[in-house]
Amino acid sequence: MRLMTACLALSLAAPVGAEEIWVSNEKDDTISVIDVETLEVVRTLPVGERPRGITFSKDFSRLYICASDSDTVQVMDPETGEILHELPSGEDPEQFVLHPNDRHLYIANEDDAVTTVVDTESRSVIAQINVGIEPEGMAVSPDGKIAITTSETTNMAHWIDTETQKLFANTLVDSRPRHAEFVKDGTELWVSSEIGGTITIFDVETQTEKGKIDFEVQGVHPDRVQPVGFEFTGDEKTAFVALGPSNHVAVVNADTFEVEDYILVGRRVWHMAFNGDKSLLFTTNGVSGDVTVIDVADREAVKTIKVGRFPWGAALRP
Amino acid sequence: MAAVARADNVTALEGLTSKMHVLRCAIAAAVAALISSPLAAEIAVPMAYIKQEVEAPPVLSNLDPIPETLGADGAQLGLADNLTTGGFLGHKYELSTTTVPLDGDFLRAVRAALETAPFVILDAPTEALLSAADLPEAQGALLFNVSSGDRTLRDAECRANLFHTVPSDAMRADALMQALLRKRFSNLAMITGPYPPDLSFAEALRRSATKFGLNIVGEKEWVFDADMRRNASQEVPLFTQDFPDYDVLLVADETDDFGRYIAYNTWLSRPVAGSEGLIPATWSRVVEQWGAAQLQSRFNELADRDMRSRDYAAWAAVRVLGEAVTRANTSDPAALREFILSDEFELAGFKGRPLSFRTWNGQLRQPIPLVTARAVVTQAPIEGFLHQRTELDTLGLDEPESQCNAFSE
Repeated sequence: MRLMTACLALSLAAPVGAEEIWVSNEKDDTISVIDVETLEVVRTLPVGERPRGITFSKDFSRLYICASDSDTVQVMDPETGEILHELPSGEDPEQFVLHPNDRHLYIANEDDAVTTVVDTESRSVIAQINVGIEPEGMAVSPDGKIAITTSETTNMAHWIDTETQKLFANTLVDSRPRHAEFVKDGTELWVSSEIGGTITIFDVETQTEKGKIDFEVQGVHPDRVQPVGFEFTGDEKTAFVALGPSNHVAVVNADTFEVEDYILVGRRVWHMAFNGDKSLLFTTNGVSGDVTVIDVADREAVKTIKVGRFPWGAALRP
Repeated sequence: MAAVARADNVTALEGLTSKMHVLRCAIAAAVAALISSPLAAEIAVPMAYIKQEVEAPPVLSNLDPIPETLGADGAQLGLADNLTTGGFLGHKYELSTTTVPLDGDFLRAVRAALETAPFVILDAPTEALLSAADLPEAQGALLFNVSSGDRTLRDAECRANLFHTVPSDAMRADALMQALLRKRFSNLAMITGPYPPDLSFAEALRRSATKFGLNIVGEKEWVFDADMRRNASQEVPLFTQDFPDYDVLLVADETDDFGRYIAYNTWLSRPVAGSEGLIPATWSRVVEQWGAAQLQSRFNELADRDMRSRDYAAWAAVRVLGEAVTRANTSDPAALREFILSDEFELAGFKGRPLSFRTWNGQLRQPIPLVTARAVVTQAPIEGFLHQRTELDTLGLDEPESQCNAFSE
């Protein structure tokens, strides 16, 4: 009995200081926890149905999980893996972003053409905003004043004033926008378009397009080069862009918008997360059911880690 | 009795609620957009959906009735999608739906629609489509064929004002042959039904087998009039006994009459493909990748049933217009025609890659999933079938093959 308790404690509590990458497995209803040191899966945690977007609270004491088919956002204690409670998320939450106030979650309700704003403390919905069909990509500006929802079928970035919780602009992008990020102190917004095969860069001040990135992977038809998730290096000079079924990650110069490199990874690469010092990048590869580890400096894939079925989101736990 | 009636009411109410829900989203979005959008340049896009009822031959099983609103429901979903986007841009879409009875005057209905709507979606047999396209009133209009896979419409009998969002039989047959060739199933036998759609699909399968170098080693026509629900296990083994050895049995039964009784009853134990078994489909409820699960659930909410091929073709037609109006910011039919035939046009069709039109015959190029009743087995174009323009053009009539001239003028 004592032995069992000891084992349990060992398996649940992560060693102090060990960085982890958490990966949601869309078709396994689990989260795989990868130890950044050993590059191995150390824990597999059961969660709600069809987990997709995942994100930690500022102090990493809570993990928020979009359990899409359970129509809820789950709140997990990452130490124990226990689901503490659920948040009213609206129907089919797919992806979300945590406001810099560490309190408000902006959630894309994919089946409902709605963005739901949830207060994680009072556990109540404080606003629902009608957006385009199949909202997915979510971003919030560093000053917290603007939230973005991209809608996959309406093909727009919807600009939300977080004070009034109302739309103040709607800008067209190429087909099936998937992911959005603010960069350069919130002066630029990047939006990836999966079917359009591009990333559009907006000037935030004027909400006008200031650049567009095209991708070209040798030996892959342009139709199959489908940008989805992307992340920036610490200096924000370089972006890594997952290109879906082309099975490559693009390395983009974030100042000139030129593509400098393509890295071969697993099949249907989707989202990604860096380790703490951003020397390693972990990409979720949906079809091959694994995570590719990229050495950021060398721009090379160094390892493949098997996780659950259809890995989707990724998040760092320092 | 009372309990049953109540249950029915509940279902009806739920159906209504979900329909209202979809509409509500669109309206709410429109209202939200009106408040917030500075771009409100009002553009009206009147569309019409016209269905010619056709005689359905009697079939052996009544398991799968054809929904009355087949096709029209797809158009409604496309409308809801367009309205949401349009709401943010000040684009107003309208869709009228007309069903022409068996003895009705189809052309009159088309003429009446054209008086107000230059964008007409046609769910009708080949001859009716051609007479509609040839109407003087239709010359400046954009018509969409969502029902006929007839090769001739993409070939010598094409019309400059008639676009096709439903794949040709040739595209579907090529998709199947690619899949069979990939599995090295090179010898095929075929059973063909007696109705025109069966014969036309059989002809497409023959041409496609030749195109990909597969052999049809034996063919038989379906001649039974017995009730196969009782007799399949006795009749089909004998019926298939005298085929020379083959790898796969093709079934050309687009009428959905006898095909369901063939599998597991053949003399030799062989897979079945074509209208039955492994089916090259425009759309199927089992398609769920590439975000298709979302389209399926939106459709289910609206129509209270699964989305079928004709629903998909109609949805695609309405979305093609929506996408073109959104991007080109006009409702002028000539300008939209030019735009949808340009390199700039692409439609996100939930099939894994952008859809676009063939400039030589107005056919929407699209992947074809090969499905069973339970799963997507694979999707054509199959890897390894290459084309200098796009692999999608390995399916159906390629530019040099097509005798269509209307689009080059």
